[in-house]
Amino acid sequence: MVKLSVNGKPLDVDVAEDTPLLWTLRDVLNMTGTKFGCGAALCGACTIHIDGQPVRSCVTPVSLALGKRITTIEAIGATPAGKKVQAAWRELDVPQCGYCQSGQIMSAAALLAANAKPSDADIDSAMAGNICRCGTYPRIRAAIKKAAGVA
Amino acid sequence: MKRRDFLKFSATSAIGGGLLLGFGLPVRAEIRDTLTTNAPFAPNAFLRIDRAGKVTFVMPMIEMGQGTYTSLPMLIAEELEVDVAKVAVEHAPADDKVYVNPLVGIQMTGGSTAVRAMYGPLRSAGATARVMLVSAAAQRWKVDASACRAEQGAVVHASSGRKLGYGALVDAAAKLPVPEKVALKAPGEFKLVGTPHRRLDTAGKINGRAKFGIDTRLPGMKFAALAQSPSFGGKLVAVDEAKAKAVRGVSQVVRLDDAVAIVASNTWAAKQGLAAAAPQWDAGPNAKVSTADIVEQLARASEKPGAVARQDGDAAKAIAGAARKVDAVYEQPFLAHATMEPMNCTVHLTKEGCDIWVGTQIPGITQAVVMKVTGLQREQVRIHNHLLGGGFGRRLEFDGTVRAVQIAQQVRGPVQVIWSREEDIQHDMYRPYYYDRISAGLNTQGRPVGWSHRIAGSSIVARYSPAWMKGGVDPDAVESSENHPYDVGAIHVDYVRQEPPGIQTTWWRGVGVTRGTFVVESFIDELAANARQDPLAYRLALLEKNPRARAVLRLAAERSGWGKPLPAGQGRGIALCTGFGSFIAQVVHVSVGKDGGVNPTHVWCAVDCGIQVNPDTIRAQMESGIIFGLSAALHGEITLKDGRVEQSNFGDYRVLRINEAPRIDVALVKSLEAPGGIGEPGTSCVMPALTSAIFAATDKRIRKLPVGDQAKVAT
Repeated sequence: MVKLSVNGKPLDVDVAEDTPLLWTLRDVLNMTGTKFGCGAALCGACTIHIDGQPVRSCVTPVSLALGKRITTIEAIGATPAGKKVQAAWRELDVPQCGYCQSGQIMSAAALLAANAKPSDADIDSAMAGNICRCGTYPRIRAAIKKAAGVA
Repeated sequence: MKRRDFLKFSATSAIGGGLLLGFGLPVRAEIRDTLTTNAPFAPNAFLRIDRAGKVTFVMPMIEMGQGTYTSLPMLIAEELEVDVAKVAVEHAPADDKVYVNPLVGIQMTGGSTAVRAMYGPLRSAGATARVMLVSAAAQRWKVDASACRAEQGAVVHASSGRKLGYGALVDAAAKLPVPEKVALKAPGEFKLVGTPHRRLDTAGKINGRAKFGIDTRLPGMKFAALAQSPSFGGKLVAVDEAKAKAVRGVSQVVRLDDAVAIVASNTWAAKQGLAAAAPQWDAGPNAKVSTADIVEQLARASEKPGAVARQDGDAAKAIAGAARKVDAVYEQPFLAHATMEPMNCTVHLTKEGCDIWVGTQIPGITQAVVMKVTGLQREQVRIHNHLLGGGFGRRLEFDGTVRAVQIAQQVRGPVQVIWSREEDIQHDMYRPYYYDRISAGLNTQGRPVGWSHRIAGSSIVARYSPAWMKGGVDPDAVESSENHPYDVGAIHVDYVRQEPPGIQTTWWRGVGVTRGTFVVESFIDELAANARQDPLAYRLALLEKNPRARAVLRLAAERSGWGKPLPAGQGRGIALCTGFGSFIAQVVHVSVGKDGGVNPTHVWCAVDCGIQVNPDTIRAQMESGIIFGLSAALHGEITLKDGRVEQSNFGDYRVLRINEAPRIDVALVKSLEAPGGIGEPGTSCVMPALTSAIFAATDKRIRKLPVGDQAKVAT
């Protein structure tokens, strides 16, 4: 058993300590909002926050989250930055297939929490790790600016 | 089952069972699983209304990002007179008849057909229901139906001010005969169609609640990790079962002829088990296959005449007698789809039946193939379709479902089979490698008088649907070549089928239009350069009978600042795409660095797709298609060495990232022509616009995709 804090809830989870958080969330806790895309930290679909920092859950074992706060897409709307990001995403209709968008929103929310008025270069460096095959990048950029009030 | 057999399955009507799938997470009302509710009023297969007035639309096409779960409901709602934002949308069950795509003949989402196919049927479905509800109200009020009108989910009798919501009328309406023919609104009467509307599927896609096939969670479900023979056609020789089972959580090793699956309590345990199992393979007959061999075979095949797709006049004679002759060979690589949601399928197989949870573009065929594999009857095979985490043609195939069923045949209880990204890239069914030879003869003014084009490549149609072949010609493989819009004098187009050993090929975004548009637009650009004419002016002169094509070219050019001088190392390229019933032109602006790095900074796109249903979705699909096409044109390439695919993940199968994406400007042309497709042509158009822009910037003509580092030698 490992003790985790997921979206403010303490949980005892029966997994080996080297199990990545991605599969712990999806397969053990049935929290499927966090997506599997590549398994190698190349696409960002699995992005979650640990103590507010964006991490790729597919390569982050549960052992690295012990005693820390895990936040996922299911609860990001409860944070000020996450709420703004979701509202902007809805307003600009960012998602297409939607599969990568959990990760996109988690990366964008972490960016805005750390940097209230990001520049284009800031957006590039914070978001370049998140692939979208539907090509929603122009709207992601516009939505981040909208959420930040810099549009 | 041989894939070519799929059309032989009788498509008798059967509705998948009404299994409730609300397990696990709360499901928002917007997108619902198949047949989750019953309602008294269901005058056709596309809509139901219950006594509370709740309207449910059943979608004949599946949502994979293209916005179909918004534009198709808009078509129904326009005639039904309901608020489209309040309807529930359901995935259709598998049924090749009731939910047939009339442009294809089976239940299929693909080929940019959804609006083209359903523009009439879905408006009729809405209008039929409205007429019945109005009749029911008129009968109750004992007034003439013509004195009543429908608005906002209610019937109103204007002179008396009486009003009844649809919910109060459903029982009476259900007893009325379904009218055979109903009048539809003229486009000028549309209130909803043609206005930008928010997508109906966004809410669940921003809070993690949207359910893709991979999100299926069932009580007692196990997870399987899969390894398939690294070389196509190879066989499984050995696995270390003891080591695999020593991994905590692993319960079973499933051996198949050409694959192995490790079944466990979670995916991580299954992956660990697979690594421990260290499968050994007999590489089989294709162990030596390389891309170079395949290209060599194509080059040789293209030296011989093919099946004739088009012959107008004597092209050979016209070219031989022309003032100048231009020849070129174009090559386009194998491409993977790399959908963000990797291939996956969840199966629960029992003696009583088989439930399949998957996202598929072909539910009916999937049902039929599962019947074949399991020996079950149609009503025993239930396909629970899901939102697709990207399609792009990959989910027009059923190989992933067959693989999952083969595994489930050895597993008790439900099992979810997820392909790793490496499996997904290395066992895709690829966009074919195409090898095109093309020649034209020009007169002294530089205008073409003869045109000869030979296409060599794998035939997707011959495998997928042999009945569509026309005398040895694959109509997809010659698309946008035998029917391109330019006036080029005498014309000869033929096709040589040449299959790559062991490699399965299939549809990829833009299908034949993507192949053909790259070649024809690139070659037109070469002819313009040869004639020392402006690429835009040259095209316009060859399109005198095609005002829609001319209009989009002019519009894209105008918005791009076409003709204004650019600094050294920058260039603009223009291209036209006339596929899928739409007219699209794009201008790409590139900057080519001293290191040969190609940076497309801007794309201007003009679209005339006839009647627009949801203009914002058209814009989104252009943005999407452009970025998808740029990924492929700049970087996309699957290569083989020693029988194995060399690429494995997003590190070596590169796709565009946000910092590499251009600024995109989309201009829509108002039109009352029949609606055209918009999901794919953005991809088709951008590739030649990009390479022509590189030519404008560097004088280097890219005839072989991807661009890669080919611009390097030019600087």
